[in-house]
Amino acid sequence: MTRRARLGLFAVSGAALAGLFVWALTGLPAFGDFHGEYGRILNSVAGTERHVTNVASSVVFDYRGFDTLGEEFILFTAVMGVALLLREARDDRERPRDEVRSDAVRAVGLALVGPTVVLGLYIVAHGYLTPGGGFQGGVALAAGLVLLYAAGRYRSYRAASPQGMVDFAEGVSAGGYVAVGIAALIAGSAYLENVVDLGTKGTLAAAGTIPILNATAGLEVAAAMVLLFHEFLEEVIYPE
Amino acid sequence: MIPLQVVAILLVGVGGLAVVSARDPLRQTLLLGLYGLTLVVLFVVFQAPDVALSELVVSSVAIPFILLTALAKMRGRRPK
Repeated sequence: MTRRARLGLFAVSGAALAGLFVWALTGLPAFGDFHGEYGRILNSVAGTERHVTNVASSVVFDYRGFDTLGEEFILFTAVMGVALLLREARDDRERPRDEVRSDAVRAVGLALVGPTVVLGLYIVAHGYLTPGGGFQGGVALAAGLVLLYAAGRYRSYRAASPQGMVDFAEGVSAGGYVAVGIAALIAGSAYLENVVDLGTKGTLAAAGTIPILNATAGLEVAAAMVLLFHEFLEEVIYPE
Repeated sequence: MIPLQVVAILLVGVGGLAVVSARDPLRQTLLLGLYGLTLVVLFVVFQAPDVALSELVVSSVAIPFILLTALAKMRGRRPK
């Protein structure tokens, strides 16, 4: 296609897209005009019904806890797929390239490992009190480990995330979420219903099963990310 | 809409343009991380801290890591 024809095509399709875009904009509700009745109801009842101060977590791990179960297994399946495709039996005949030549990268990176891990734990632990939760905190935890590799040595990173432990954590936490739901069935309620004592609102001992599910999600996401990062790293540091 | 929100939206617009106009994949990866940070600012300004945290970990940890390792792998394979 010549340059002229391409420009002509762009002019026509660009104008059509712009027209449709403006048309769509005029049909939007006014700025700040919120029509989600569900959100409004939850904002008013979640605090008293579930003793949470972060309403989002009560949606994720309670009112819509069953959806989160599906999401966890989407991540679990995706990561298992990566492991199946990329994992192979490697022996230790060649040492991975292991040097960080820049002192600045090493100093800043290693200084950030601790704070990143603590931040990740904090975000997981306070998921139902303040913004955050298992997913966000889990990725932050995995980021701490990646920093250990990026700024330190492959061997220290490997020692901090032994494959057997990561695989185990991944499986147990994904299964743990299911088990909490089954425990509710045994207690005579519906699957994943919040059957544990709701505790005191605003403290760590609050919200019944939400902290338990939140913790399993945190572990599951952290392990999934570590597993995923690890398989990708292996592809890079072991040249064929 | 308060001025801070307008600034956040404009930042996202500039960030998105920067990502698509970069041609080198490595540069594009770094820009994508920065673009994610502008989205984080947007979500915070619009009072969605939960979403902001998710965006933060996805755009500054997960996506750059996957892209960087893929780029490193491809660079290793390129004939010298």
